[in-house]
Amino acid sequence: MKTVDRFILHTARVLFLGLALASGGLRAHAAEVTVAVAANFAAPMQQLSQAFERATGHRVRAAVGATGALVAQVRHGAPFHVLLLADDRSAALLEADGLAVPGTRFVYATGRLVLWSAERALVDLQGRVLGTPATAVSTGAQPTLRLAVANPKTAPYGAAALQTLERLGVAARWRPHLVQGENIAQAHQFIASRNAALGFVARSQVMPDGRLTQGSAWLVPAHLHDPLRQEAVLLRKGEHDPAARALLAFLKTEEARAIMRAYGYEP
Amino acid sequence: MSPESWQAIVLTLKLATLTTVLLLVLATPLAWWLAHRRSAWRAAVSAVVTLPLVLPPSVLGFYLLVALGPQGPLGQFTQAMGWGVMSFTFTGLLIGSVIFSLPFAVQPIQNAFEALGTRPLEVAATLRASPLDAFFTVALPQARTGLLTAAVLSFAHTVGEFGVVLMIGGNIPGQTRTVSTQIYGHVEAMEYAQAHALAAGMLAFSFAVLLALAFLRRPLSRGAA
Repeated sequence: MKTVDRFILHTARVLFLGLALASGGLRAHAAEVTVAVAANFAAPMQQLSQAFERATGHRVRAAVGATGALVAQVRHGAPFHVLLLADDRSAALLEADGLAVPGTRFVYATGRLVLWSAERALVDLQGRVLGTPATAVSTGAQPTLRLAVANPKTAPYGAAALQTLERLGVAARWRPHLVQGENIAQAHQFIASRNAALGFVARSQVMPDGRLTQGSAWLVPAHLHDPLRQEAVLLRKGEHDPAARALLAFLKTEEARAIMRAYGYEP
Repeated sequence: MSPESWQAIVLTLKLATLTTVLLLVLATPLAWWLAHRRSAWRAAVSAVVTLPLVLPPSVLGFYLLVALGPQGPLGQFTQAMGWGVMSFTFTGLLIGSVIFSLPFAVQPIQNAFEALGTRPLEVAATLRASPLDAFFTVALPQARTGLLTAAVLSFAHTVGEFGVVLMIGGNIPGQTRTVSTQIYGHVEAMEYAQAHALAAGMLAFSFAVLLALAFLRRPLSRGAA
């Protein structure tokens, strides 16, 4: 029995030492940053993470969701270090409530809204499709006309979509046809799966390098909605994480801005 | 409570009621078949019926969205029939709920039929009851606890459904916005007072259902004792 005990103790010690060495070794070189990203920015963030990891050796873990949802999560103790939002209001509110570090927020990108359809000929380049009576739109294979938007209560891109419909004077006409995605990624998925004939998405989702990958689209003129100025902020939980500050600094570099520009964001 | 909340409650109750009725009609013959057939298909059918119990709602929701969509098999069928596309409609939600709650309806009924055995039916047959006659006058009344349990569970499970609704509903007030997704919307928009009102109601409802279920099952065991 004794030898068995000793063996177990020895094994445990070796394991513990190994773990301590491994984690200590990693920590000495690189830190990890947990960043919560608004859904419209998911694709560029992936590329930015890779570039950031290459440049600094730090590691990035990203959680994606609607801006409103992410803010609600932060208010309930989510372990995020950095927030990349889709609006320029939420970060200030978090700062006022002591959840974000004052003086760290800045606009990292300005996004653009796109009216998009997976069908090739549905959306014209002037967006006149919105002006036609909804029932008269040629919807290809789909008799039940659906216009997908992100939930305007939680997603700034959803709010911008409704503003656009209102400023065009067609909001009442389209209201019966609206379906809401929980965030802009789900709105995109509704359209991509053709369950919705068309809808409002972020430019970065359908024009990853400036060109439309599929279907037809109208780049909504920026004056039709409040600007989608997207703020980043350092959260209290990331205050002492070197990787968190490094990531925010990295977003301001020319390398990062080039990636964002490629996705259609205006820095 | 806001009119929107009431709308969600009414819609949820309507969805749960229709789902329960449809499920009782579909699940009873299915349970009968599963309880009495010894065919090679039985195991496969039984597994398919149980699938919604173990699959994450995201898988069900995703495949429903694909299947109901204009290019999916169900979507092609509904369009060919001139019904249009079912995603983001109440009917689509109903289809999803029936599939999602199928095991909750089939299993209690199947258990009841299995506990019944073949003997009462054989006796009925010697008394010159036709098989259909025996089914309606002997098997169904004997299996009533199973049927009631199935109804209560189907109803409650549909009321508590969330993931599938989130994925195929599109959050349309009065059509696909149920209480569970309404609560989620309130929480995400940080409207905690409204979320609380609905969530507390949901909690009370679920407790009442389980309590009713416990009472429902008690007389039987007492009778046996």
